[in-house]
Amino acid sequence: MSDENKPGWKTIPIGGMILEAGNAEKYKTGDWRTFRPQRDHDKCTNCMICFMYCPDSAIPLKDEKVDGFDYDHCKGCGICAKMCPVKCIEMKDENDFKD
Amino acid sequence: MTSKINAMTGAEATAEAMRQVNPDVVPAYPITPQTPVMHAFASFVSDGLVDSELIRVESEHSAMSAAVGASAAGSRVMTATSANGLALMFEIVYIASSTRLPIVMNVVNRALSGPINIHCDHSDSMACRDSGWIQIYCENAQEVYETSLFAVRLAEHCDILLPVMICQDGFIISHSVERVETFDDESVRSFIGEYRPKHCLLDTDNPITIGPLDLFDYYYEHKRQQAEAINNAREIIPKLAAEYKGHFGKDLNFLESYKMDDATDVIVVMSSTAGTTKAVVDKLRAEGKKVGLLKPRLFRPFPAHEISLALKGKRMVAVLDRSDSFGSMGGPLFSEIRSALYDEAEKPIIINYIYGLGGREMMLDDIEGIYNEISCINSQPEEKVKYFGVRE
Repeated sequence: MSDENKPGWKTIPIGGMILEAGNAEKYKTGDWRTFRPQRDHDKCTNCMICFMYCPDSAIPLKDEKVDGFDYDHCKGCGICAKMCPVKCIEMKDENDFKD
Repeated sequence: MTSKINAMTGAEATAEAMRQVNPDVVPAYPITPQTPVMHAFASFVSDGLVDSELIRVESEHSAMSAAVGASAAGSRVMTATSANGLALMFEIVYIASSTRLPIVMNVVNRALSGPINIHCDHSDSMACRDSGWIQIYCENAQEVYETSLFAVRLAEHCDILLPVMICQDGFIISHSVERVETFDDESVRSFIGEYRPKHCLLDTDNPITIGPLDLFDYYYEHKRQQAEAINNAREIIPKLAAEYKGHFGKDLNFLESYKMDDATDVIVVMSSTAGTTKAVVDKLRAEGKKVGLLKPRLFRPFPAHEISLALKGKRMVAVLDRSDSFGSMGGPLFSEIRSALYDEAEKPIIINYIYGLGGREMMLDDIEGIYNEISCINSQPEEKVKYFGVRE
């Protein structure tokens, strides 16, 4: 059945239009993930290739360094692990992280 | 307002309306019998008579896709097609209406393949009757011209925002020269005005997303909005038609009653065959027969209430459909009208004639033959759907 907490047809924008820019950030795609990227900080040279290739901007930068992963939005595609020249990113089974 | 009398084909009348509308973008792909529409319009583009960007795409699927993109960007968009071209567009036809883009498209009616055929029937546009487009059928080139202007305002109305399909009979109207009264450019442009969409992709100060994924949590709500929008057209059309009359001094009648007042037997038919039927009605009236014609022009939204009012108290109704709906209870027009009459306490006898498929000619004698047949029917026959003019 319908989710009564969501707005109805009389109030939502027509035609599926989204009137707010950049609101994809509110759509947490992290739960699509089956493999979670894990970085070995000792091996990482901070070349930022993973940052450049990440299709979901899920690798944030802090003080000009790659800073972990944004697991709210990382879909676990594994492109970062594939592209890493020093192979410091490993894709691990998401089930191993579940409580 | 000044006007001019021209000798024009339906296709030329379409192109002339498009020249006057001067749409921002016209994506098109040629297909018989729509080709002369775009041929004439392309000449206007080459001669610098319009500012339109004519996009020569590689297929009709691309034509409607480009129309959707251009309309979403904020442009006023028109195009034209026929038959298999419309079939190839089909996927994007639905996307245009569900994305609520006020694209205006002339459909030059032609039989859908197969077997392949280039002549008129309504199977192409009728295949799109559930697509959420407004559909208006035209009897002659004059109606094609005027409806093409009116459709721009209708599509862009803020309480509608839906694409409009204007249908004319392939070859019979599109390629026949008729007397057409056209209006001066200034009057047309002041009637249609400038298109200022509330939201569009090129409004970079107010960035929006158009056409995102829409799953079980909102898709249904968006469909409900479409139903509301097309139903809004019922109330908006008479208001816009009144404004049109004030502007051009002409009536746009979307449900024409011809000699209906004291008629006992009625023929209901759309498009060019309605013109032929008028001549037959005149002849039969001169012989003292009480026959009338009801010519629906608006098919979507369907004017069920107005049609059942027009048919109130009639003895016999023959509905003529220029397309079949295989396996259903008759042609599309018949099914709608029969359903519209369900609420009436006193129903007329009603039968359906499928006719003219693949361009099979419908002459004066044919229509008179239909009248002679129905005038002898005194109770509702079991066989409600007849295939007129087919060889056994």
